[in-house]
Amino acid sequence: MPINKFITLESTYVPLPIENVDTDQIIPARFLKATTKDGFGDNLFADWRYNKDGSPKADFVLNKPEYTGSILVAGKNFGSGSSREHAAWAVDGYGFKVVVSSFFADIFRNNSLNNGVLPVIVSEAFLAELFAAGADNTIEVNLETQTITNKATGKSESFDINSYKKGCLLNGFDDIDYLMSVKDEIESYEQNRA
Amino acid sequence: MAGKTLFDKIWDMHEVKTIEDGPSVLYIDRHLVHEVTSPQAFAGLKARGIKVFRPQNTFATPDHNIPTINQHLPIADEVSRFQVDTLTKNCEDNNVTLFGLGHPKNGVVHVVGPENGITQPGMTIVCGDSHTSTHGAFGSIAFGIGTSEVEMVLSTQCIMQPRPKTMKINIDGKLEEGVSAKDLVLYVISKLTTGGGTGYFVEFSGSAIRNLSMEGRMTVCNMSIEMGARGGLIAPDEKTIEYVKGREYAPKGADWDAAVEKWKALVTDADAEFDKVYNFDAADIEPMITYGTNPGMGVGITQSIPTLDTVEEASQKTYLKSLDYMGYAPGEKMLGKPVDWIFVGSCTNGRIEDLRVFANAVKGKKKAEGVTAWIVPGSHQVEDQAIAEGLKDILEEAGFELRQPGCSACLAMNDDKVPAGKYSVATSNRNFEGRQGPGSRTLLAGPLTAAACAVTGVITDPRTL
Repeated sequence: MPINKFITLESTYVPLPIENVDTDQIIPARFLKATTKDGFGDNLFADWRYNKDGSPKADFVLNKPEYTGSILVAGKNFGSGSSREHAAWAVDGYGFKVVVSSFFADIFRNNSLNNGVLPVIVSEAFLAELFAAGADNTIEVNLETQTITNKATGKSESFDINSYKKGCLLNGFDDIDYLMSVKDEIESYEQNRA
Repeated sequence: MAGKTLFDKIWDMHEVKTIEDGPSVLYIDRHLVHEVTSPQAFAGLKARGIKVFRPQNTFATPDHNIPTINQHLPIADEVSRFQVDTLTKNCEDNNVTLFGLGHPKNGVVHVVGPENGITQPGMTIVCGDSHTSTHGAFGSIAFGIGTSEVEMVLSTQCIMQPRPKTMKINIDGKLEEGVSAKDLVLYVISKLTTGGGTGYFVEFSGSAIRNLSMEGRMTVCNMSIEMGARGGLIAPDEKTIEYVKGREYAPKGADWDAAVEKWKALVTDADAEFDKVYNFDAADIEPMITYGTNPGMGVGITQSIPTLDTVEEASQKTYLKSLDYMGYAPGEKMLGKPVDWIFVGSCTNGRIEDLRVFANAVKGKKKAEGVTAWIVPGSHQVEDQAIAEGLKDILEEAGFELRQPGCSACLAMNDDKVPAGKYSVATSNRNFEGRQGPGSRTLLAGPLTAAACAVTGVITDPRTL
């Protein structure tokens, strides 16, 4: 199944300078009753974003009109906790194509990549400068060259991604396409194992 | 050449192939499935026009989104009922074994696997649930996966995974009376923090781990995800083999003898090297309780909430936000703080041993006025055993009610929600904001501490009960 192809992106960003944002905050469990992948973006960060009556909480960053863009910048250890891919669907569904942090939890990172959302790991100092900049600042992410640039400071950093996953994102392939293509090898493994 | 770790041995046996500068194609022996993280994966299979590749290695049970009372009635919430019915339909369409609601083998997926012998040493086990790490207690590589990965395993019995680094956490010495496996693992997480294990697969070792029962080992491995680790495992020994023996899906006869022979080789070589090693002394551990909104924010129950100067400057804002949510302040003592709710259950502490500990501690006492308690067995088998052993009677006499099995208030997907602002001492695994219901405040602890708090109505050191 083709996923979104990704090459470069320049965008303003939404800063969330909180550490250890867990997947229960990204999408609370009571929203996991769905049987499709649609509509999770509306409930991204639901308990921080909405009052009990469903009205928006004015002080939460997603409700501040000056912050826009398709990049989320979050404090370290983003996506810890549950394995729910609904968290990645919520981030993607809201319209974020890139999440920048100094540290990601493993399962969230895998889930993001499997949905064409690029997790970009930067240094603590780079992250702090992104949080310090104004709402009109932009970030440029280039997957081909594996670089991220803070336009306000002009500073760039390179980020890691294994070349297999990079190829998947650049070409819009997913892991199941790959696994289906090596099914013969899987069957011969089954026959040969002790 | 240096020896191999247990993790490396099992991983290598399951590697179908590796991709240069990419993940491994890892073969999966057991795929456990529940209603919440599977429907989109089954829909993906349908869209590709394929069926489950190896249904005989796939086992399903609804647990997250089911009520824990009146399970004989249709599920009242229409959306939840549809999700559970969707699992039933998907299993029927794909010949997958299902322990449906009301089935004698139904229960929390990570309780069901071990108690039926589905979980065995040396296996690779995955499930769309982060607490799949529980099964590592048997010396298997077990970890949680996302729904895209569930679809991979359903369609090819394989998963694409980068090989994690290895970590050894060695705990020697003897746990003090009243200190449990849960306290041990909360202590370790408080030292490593919630991100300390990220990128690693952990092997737990040492005399304190060896001395734990299989139930206790499951509690420890269950919580390895809470330090960010991909999973945790413990080398199998006589206790492991004794536990698996005779269970329904365990090997029988000559197959059993051959399996035991293989399982005995599942150890880390003496000269193997880990990427990281931690050593702890069991004697340093007291009953633990959490005070914040991640499982790394725990202290010994007689201790105070850390003061702000002990927290790194960059993290202070997040720290204060967390304490503000809990209604606590830095430096406050934990003992004596009010408790409104008690939750005993979940894949962390919902096994028979946990119910025994809780029931024995409250025996002859009364639930404190104003405390609401939910005692939720991890499975029907646990429930049946609790009744047979007389634990249900003890609980009822003390003012507690034994509910029906499920994940319940651990994640509050069903109606078992702790109200906003209320303090809940829970034997589950996560104290995140709103985890037990919007606005709820969770304090993680072991079943003995939960019992002490249940009969006093305040945070109480179980050693003083």
